[in-house]
Amino acid sequence: MTQTATSGTGKSAENTRPLAVELAGVHKHFGHVHAVDGVDLDLRSGEIVAILGPNGAGKTSTIDIILGLSRPDAGRVKVFGLQPRQAISRGLVSAVMQTGGLLRDLTVFETAEYTASLFARSQNPREVLRTAGIADIADRRVGKCSGGEQQRLRFALALLSNPDLLVLDEPTTGMDVEGRRGFWAAIRKDAENGRTVLFATHYLEEADAYSDRILLLRHGRVVADGTSSEIKAMAAGRTVRATLPGASAAALTNVPGAETVEVRGETVLVHSNDSDATARYLLTQTSARDLEITARGIEDAFIALTGDDAGSAAVTPGAAR
Amino acid sequence: MSTPTIAADVADRRAPALGGFNLTVLKLEVRRLTRNPRTVIIALVVPAAFFLLFGLNRSYDSLAVGHGNYSAFVMISLALYGAVLATTFGGAMVSMERSQGWSRQLRLTPLTPAAYIAIKVATALVLGATSVAAVYIVGAVTHKASMSTGLWIGTGLSVWVGSLLFAAFGLFIGYLLPAENVMQLIGLILGLLSFVGGLFIPVSEFAVAVQDVAKWTPLYGLNQLVHTPLLGNGVDWTWVVNVLGWLVIFSGGAMWRFRKDTARV
Repeated sequence: MTQTATSGTGKSAENTRPLAVELAGVHKHFGHVHAVDGVDLDLRSGEIVAILGPNGAGKTSTIDIILGLSRPDAGRVKVFGLQPRQAISRGLVSAVMQTGGLLRDLTVFETAEYTASLFARSQNPREVLRTAGIADIADRRVGKCSGGEQQRLRFALALLSNPDLLVLDEPTTGMDVEGRRGFWAAIRKDAENGRTVLFATHYLEEADAYSDRILLLRHGRVVADGTSSEIKAMAAGRTVRATLPGASAAALTNVPGAETVEVRGETVLVHSNDSDATARYLLTQTSARDLEITARGIEDAFIALTGDDAGSAAVTPGAAR
Repeated sequence: MSTPTIAADVADRRAPALGGFNLTVLKLEVRRLTRNPRTVIIALVVPAAFFLLFGLNRSYDSLAVGHGNYSAFVMISLALYGAVLATTFGGAMVSMERSQGWSRQLRLTPLTPAAYIAIKVATALVLGATSVAAVYIVGAVTHKASMSTGLWIGTGLSVWVGSLLFAAFGLFIGYLLPAENVMQLIGLILGLLSFVGGLFIPVSEFAVAVQDVAKWTPLYGLNQLVHTPLLGNGVDWTWVVNVLGWLVIFSGGAMWRFRKDTARV
């Protein structure tokens, strides 16, 4: 299921479609924690991609690397064919981060004016405030704005350079349902003009409803990469569990219907999109016994793909954020 | 969205000139600084008020000092006091920007770290110039301070340029200390340094042992140098060494902390 980079090894020529983001074999350690553990990732221009995973899966670490806020220990990072920092300085990439603060003693408009002046070319700050729906509080001090208003201001700041890639780290945290819906309507409308959007979230529904493609991250690795419906198909699948002494995952990869195969001692777990075929194969072609078939809900799939019990590596939740 | 559009856009875009340094930001930074009433009172009002209190003593205008009078001498001292407070405050603003997370927000913009420092220093110098102007205007309208027009301009400029040393000091403090109470601490430190550096009472009035120590403090050399045009007594090389030495210490310290702060992890 994990997609590997097949293109973009050479420098993009003028006439080839540029990749918005290209990560190849990216690793990042914090002490003994492997926050990003070999991520390969290609984002095409115009995609809306969700990075989905629980806390500590490496979402923020991956985004920090794409934005040049942090340097990978190993691997290659290109943003529109440039180094991340170059892409930022040309206004190609903007981000709304959880950690970015605002100056309390400036007004909303002054904050936008300040940020706009830093770019070689920028949109009109007043118009951007209107787009973000905060034109009416333009003269209010930032320190007197609510959390939601400040988040909208951060969003407005990110739009100022009219970026080709917009990165959002948990963008709707703290928003109510109504605010969340409005926010995503604005993003979708915006992406129709060709902007690439990459957002991190731990809300399954949000990734499902608003992205073209979902990257599932666990322990710093991409464990699934597909469209929302592909991920749903996985979620709709079943788990076939059997006892099979001497099993090896490699030998079982061509089991019919199998999407992932896990071997834990004598137990084999096959996540299958065709559990009948999988079961038939296991019972007739192998010495498997004690066979069990269980249905999985979408939440189960998410937990199965991203939870700690799905793998051997153990990372304290939150440690790699 | 079509492919050539994006490719052309990538090729077409460029980084801002001067790493993002521009006058809009300078204007907004100065406005921020003046929005803090404490900063305005301490850096602009207090030095001018000190001059009204201590610079207009009846005997001062008739007491000749070098090419002017003692009132002018006091005016220069207090202008220096105000200017170093102003530039230190300007530099130390980085402390609040770090604690509010603004520094991290700026890393998502084209602004380079060097341009950011340049903005902070320029902001500090604008406030420093205002502080010098406040004391000199009070000096002019009270008609007690007396020296040639050339000396008014020359000493004013010397004080202003010299206060750059304390922009570096402010940056160092701002990167070194957490935001809470940094401004009060600066007021205290600078009050002490001004006293021992001879801005309020000439160092020659101190006990000899104290004088020996005072001559090594950061405001002593600068205070001597800015009074030189008025006194016409020539420059002692130890004053220059004092200023340059502290400049190396403050800017080196600021650079060290700044590198730690902006290092990519």
